[in-house]
Amino acid sequence: MKYQSQKIALIYFAVAMGLFLIQVSGGLLAGWIYVQPNTLSELVPFNIIRMLHTNSLIVWLLLGFFGAAYFLIPEEAEREIHSEKLAYLQLAILVLGTLGVVVTYLFNLFEGNWLLGKEGREFLEQPKWVKAGIVVAALIFLYNVTMTVLKGKKTAITNILLLGLWGLALLFLFSFYNPENLALDKMYWWYVVHLWVEGVWELIMASILAYLMLKLTGVDREVVEKWLYVIVAAALFSGILGTGHHYYWIGTPGYWQWIGSIFSSLEVIPFFAMMAFAFVMVWKGRRDHPNKAALLWSLGCATLAFFGAGVWGFLHTLHGVNYYTHGTQITAAHGHLAFYGAYVCLNLAIFTYAMPILRNRDPYNQVLNMASFWLMSSGMVFMTFVLTFAGTIQTHLQRVLGDYFMDVQDQLSLFYWMRFGSGVVVVLGAILFIYSISVPRKELIEPGQVSEVPAE
Amino acid sequence: MPCPRFIDNWLPVDQHMKENATSSVLDELPGELLIWVLIVSELLVFGAGLAAFMAVRLTDPVGFAEAQSHLHGTAAALNTIVLVSSGYLAARALRLRNAARRTAERFCLVAAAALGVVFLAIKGIEYADKASLGITYETHPFFTFYYLLTGFHAAHVVAGVLILLLIAWFDEPRNIEAGAAFWHMVDLVWVLLFPVIYLLA
Repeated sequence: MKYQSQKIALIYFAVAMGLFLIQVSGGLLAGWIYVQPNTLSELVPFNIIRMLHTNSLIVWLLLGFFGAAYFLIPEEAEREIHSEKLAYLQLAILVLGTLGVVVTYLFNLFEGNWLLGKEGREFLEQPKWVKAGIVVAALIFLYNVTMTVLKGKKTAITNILLLGLWGLALLFLFSFYNPENLALDKMYWWYVVHLWVEGVWELIMASILAYLMLKLTGVDREVVEKWLYVIVAAALFSGILGTGHHYYWIGTPGYWQWIGSIFSSLEVIPFFAMMAFAFVMVWKGRRDHPNKAALLWSLGCATLAFFGAGVWGFLHTLHGVNYYTHGTQITAAHGHLAFYGAYVCLNLAIFTYAMPILRNRDPYNQVLNMASFWLMSSGMVFMTFVLTFAGTIQTHLQRVLGDYFMDVQDQLSLFYWMRFGSGVVVVLGAILFIYSISVPRKELIEPGQVSEVPAE
Repeated sequence: MPCPRFIDNWLPVDQHMKENATSSVLDELPGELLIWVLIVSELLVFGAGLAAFMAVRLTDPVGFAEAQSHLHGTAAALNTIVLVSSGYLAARALRLRNAARRTAERFCLVAAAALGVVFLAIKGIEYADKASLGITYETHPFFTFYYLLTGFHAAHVVAGVLILLLIAWFDEPRNIEAGAAFWHMVDLVWVLLFPVIYLLA
C-alpha cells in the first residue's frame, strides 16, 4: 500500500462482502420459494424478498465501486485521498440508508408516506429519504475523488472512472421523477436502470479492468489506454440509444423497435472488446504477478460478461424475438449471468487484488479463492442454462400456445429445482470466497500448482 | 506466439521490438483511430437499418412501392450532388492546408459547410412536403424507415456542418483529417441511402 488513505477501501470492501452474503442468501431463499411457494408467504412475501435480493446487489456493487475508486485513485493520481473523514462519513450514510431500506421493506411501517414509505417502482423502491441520502453520499464521494484527481496526476483510467461515477450519480436523479403516467414513468425509470448497467457502469468496469490489467500483466500504459478509449467509445455509442430495447412495449412510439434493436445489438461489441483486451494483455504481458487469483477473476469477469451481458442479451434484444420472450425466464437467465459476469466478478477481482495489499501481506489463500471462482461461476453458468431452457419452454407454452401462466409455471418446476441447486453452489462459493479473503492463512501458492489451474 | 498483424500495435511490445511496432495496418489508417471506430460503428448502424428496411419491404412490396412514389426523387438526386460536391471541397481543404494555403483551405471548409446547410434546406422542403400531405412516421412502415434513416442522417449532417466550421477555425491538419473523414462518412451513408430508399423499385 503506497498511500495511507487507500486503506479506506478495506472497510468498503468488508461491508460490500457482508451485503454480498445477504444478497445471495436472499436469492437462495427466493429460489426456494419458486419450488415451495408457500414459504414465508404471510410473513415476508416473495416480492419483498426479491426487493432485498436486487437492492442489496446494487448497494454492494456500488460499495465495491466506491472502495475500488478509493483504492486505485491514490495510486493513479499519486497523492492521498482529499479527505478520509468524508469517505467514512459517506460510508456511514450509505449503511444507515441500507438499514433504513431493510427495515422499511420488512416491516412496511410507513406505507404511503411520501418521505418514509417505500416507493412502488421496481429496483427504485427505496423511500425518498434514502434516495436523498444516496445522493448526498454520492456528492460527498464525487467531491472527494474529484478533488484528489484534480490536484494529482490525471490518467485515462481515472478520467474514465470519474466520467462513469459522475454519470452514475447524475442519472440516479431520475429516480426522483415519478410521473403519474405509467408509460412515462417507465421511460424515465430506464434512464436510471439501463443507462447505469449498460452505460456508465460499463465505463467503471472498463477502467477498473484496465487498472487490473495494468498491474497484473505489466503492459505499457499506452497500450491499455488505447484499448480503454475504444471500449468506452463503443459502450457509449451502442448503450445510450440501446435504451430503446426497453421501449418496445411500454407505449413509446414504434420507431423505438428499430432504434432499440439496432443499437442494442451493437452492445455486444464493447463486451467482446473487453474480453479480447483482457486476454491479449495476459497473452502478451510480461509480468508474472503472484496474485493468480485476481488474474483468474479478471479474465472470468471479461469472459462471463461477454456471454452474460453480450450474448445472452443479444439473444432476446431484437424486438421480433422479444415480442415472445419478454419477461420470461430468458430475462432472468440474462440478468443473472450479466450481473454476475460484468459486475460481481469485477468487484471480486478488485477485492482479490487489493485485499492482500491493504493488509500488507503477500497474496494469500490463492487456491481457496480460485476454487471459489470455479464453484461460483459454474453454479451461475448452470443456473443460466437452466433458466434459459425454462424460458424457452415457457415462451413456447405461454406465448405461442397460449397456456395459462400458472399452468406453465407448474411445467417448469424441474428447472426451478435445478436452479435452486445451482443457487446452493453459488452461495457455497460466495462463503468460500469471503472466508478466503477475510481469514489469511496460507500465503503464496507454490509454483507447481500454478500450471495446474486452467486460465480459462 | 504468432498473432495477426492487424492487432500488432494493440499488443504490449518488447523493448527490442518497438521499431517494428509501427508496421500495424491500423497505423496505416490516416487520422485518429477513434474516428475510424466511430465511422465503422456508424456504417454498422446504417447498414443494419438498410438491411432491416429491405427485409421488411419483402413483406409488403406493393405497399412499399406505393409509399415510395410519394418521395421527391429529384430533390434527393440534387441533394446527392450537393453532398458529394461538399465532400470534394472538404477533401481539397486538407491538400490546401498541407500546401500551407490556409485562406483557400478555410474557404473550402466553410463552402463545404454551406453546402451541408443547402442539403438540410432541401431536406427540410422534402419533410415539409410530406407533412403537408399528412404523412408521418406512422403512416406506413416505409415511412417509419424513411424518417428514421434520413432523419438520423440529417442529424449527422447537422453535426458535420458544425464540425466543418470547427475545423475551419482550428485548422491543424490532423483536425481537418478527422473532420473530413467524418464528413466523407456522412457522404457515403447518403450515397447508400439514396438508391435504396428513393430509387430501388
